[in-house]
Parts: sequence; structure tokens; C-alpha cells
Amino acid sequence: MIRWLLWVLGGILLGGIVHLATVLFLPQTATQDAYSRLAPLTPVNAVVALPAPTPQTALMPFMDPAFATAVCRYDLSRGSLKLTTPVSPAYTSVSFYTRHGIAYYAINDRAAGRRIIELELMTPQQRADLPEEEDVTAADRLIVESPTLTGLIVLRAMTPESGLMTAVQNALGRAQCRLQPPTS
Amino acid sequence: MRLLFGSLFSLMLAAAIGLGGTWFALTQGTAFGAITLGAWTAWPKTGTLDIDPYARAVIARNGELPVGLGDGVAFFARHDDLGRALDGRCDATVSGITPQARYWTLTLYDLDGRLVANSVNRQGFTSHEITRRSDGTFEIVTAPRARPGNWLPTGGIERYVLVLRLYDTPVGVATRAGREAPMPAIAQRGCP
Repeated sequence: MIRWLLWVLGGILLGGIVHLATVLFLPQTATQDAYSRLAPLTPVNAVVALPAPTPQTALMPFMDPAFATAVCRYDLSRGSLKLTTPVSPAYTSVSFYTRHGIAYYAINDRAAGRRIIELELMTPQQRADLPEEEDVTAADRLIVESPTLTGLIVLRAMTPESGLMTAVQNALGRAQCRLQPPTS
Repeated sequence: MRLLFGSLFSLMLAAAIGLGGTWFALTQGTAFGAITLGAWTAWPKTGTLDIDPYARAVIARNGELPVGLGDGVAFFARHDDLGRALDGRCDATVSGITPQARYWTLTLYDLDGRLVANSVNRQGFTSHEITRRSDGTFEIVTAPRARPGNWLPTGGIERYVLVLRLYDTPVGVATRAGREAPMPAIAQRGCP
């Protein structure tokens, strides 16, 4: 009897380990995460407008239909990235996601405080390699550090009334993300 | 022989508990750091690098991109104020005021996060579209058939979820009480 209780206890403990291991390991094995869904539609390091979600087709679940969305799928292995996006009359935000869909930084038009949001995205290594004086003189440069080499930049612009959708989409179409030549 | 049976039993139990627990956690959506205000629940930490491993696994599995905390906060409601699941065949009123935010949107999804088809092609409201009463409060009616005022059609589906997204808002990880963030009330009636 005691022996079987020990086997049960062992099984429960091992089950807990299996549970934690699968939860932690799952994001690495996911084939339908946001990055994988967007990869066939988006070239690397370029802004692409996404179709608005409809009841029949939506690229991702829980997309806000009041927003025009554009994505820049980035790869920083060959240099840092510069993102510029015009601000729509209502509300514009720029969100940064890692390869596994974790939002590590987000900024909106008011926090950016300009007519055009300008950001530079780089890895911690690339930031450390920046020439010292350049970092100081350009104090108003917005620099974002990416924890991963690849990921997604999602630009969202709000359409307060549904009739304005095309105008907002056109404005967002002028956004750019460009690879910067390595500074050295 | 007893050792073999015993260890086999242990391993099977471990697999059942471990995988069953993972499946349960991912389908039921257990994430830590939830803020519950009335019928609404938000997970502001899911929009940051502090996201917990369960929420991480959920977004990897369903392909969602959560709203970043610098952008806004998303509140989800699957049931009304009395705890009854939201039913697309009933009339539900979402009424009151929202926490401070520059813009907000209210959107209706099915449980998998898809928009719901309907004849008037309306899936949600923005804070600029709704008509308000003179005291600034509003009332949105989610119902299968047309209603006067702010009508959000349910398409007659059995279960749905309402998502209230607040953009550019002070509501976040530090929000605790309903006093700081007054959420609209949800009441259902006329269920078949």
C-alpha cells in the first residue's frame, strides 16, 4: 500500500515537471504564432499594409477592426533599422514584438510628440557599438533595443469613423522601415 | 515485476497530469496578474516583457499579438455582471462610463477571436461613433435583432466575448480598484 502511494506521489511530481516543461517549451515549437502567420505575406525589413480583419478572414485573432494595420518584419543581423511613420489625425501607435509575439515596447503619437514618429531599432550590441559622441549629440533620437534579432514592428492607426478607413490606410502606407548602413 | 508495473504506472500518471494540465491551462486562459473590474478582466502584463509563461504559451498557440502596454489595455468580458455567460440570442446592455482614455473601442468576437458576420457589417464601436446621453454616459445594446440607438449585432451566435480596448490610458499594471477605473455595466435580459 505504502509502495503504491509512493508511486502515485512520484507520478504527480513528475507530472508537474512535464507540465512546466511543456508550457515553457511550447512557444519554441509553435508553427501558427503571429510571426509565422505574417512571414509569407511580408518581405523582410519593409512596411506592408495588412488587410483589415473581416468575419471571413483575419490574419490573427482579436484584431481591432477600427484600426488600419501595417507590419515591418525585421531582421537586425545586417544592421540597425530606421522606422518613420506619419501620424494620422486620430491616433497612431507603434508596437514592437519579439520573434515569439511578446510586446517589449510600444509608443503612441502623443508620447513621440511629433508629426512623424521616427525610431531606430537595434540590438544591445549595435547600440553599444554606436560612436560615443553621436549618442550624446542626438539626444532626441528615439532608440529602441530589440531583445531578439528578428521580430515584428506593428503600426496601428485608428479610424474613429469607419468611412475614414481608406484615408488612414493611405497615410500609413507612407511609413518606411529601412536598414541603416553599419556605422564604423 | 512490481518495480516495472509501478514505474510504468508512475510515468503514465505523470504524462496524464502534465499534458492534461498544460492543455487545461492553455484552453482556459490562465494568466497571472489579472485585473478584474466588474465583468471585465485585463492582463496588462501580457503587453510587456514581464509576460508570464502561461500567457506566452497562449499567444504562441493562438497567433495573437497582444496590445502593448505603451499602446493601451484590453479588457475582456465573457459574462455579464451576474456571472451568466454572454449569449448572442439575448439582449445585453453595456452602459455607463469608461476609464480615462484618449480613445476606446468596443468589439464583439466569437470565443476564438474572430469577428462575427452580420447584415449591417458592424463589429464594434469606437468612442467617437457612439451617441451619448446628455450626462456623458452611453448605452450600447448587443442583440441579435435591430435595436434603436447604439446597436451591436451578435449575429445570433451562442457565446461571444466583448473586448473593450483603452488607448493612451493611465490604466495599467498599477490599477487596483474600480474607483480609478469605472467600467461599464453589462446586463442581459430576454434570453430564450
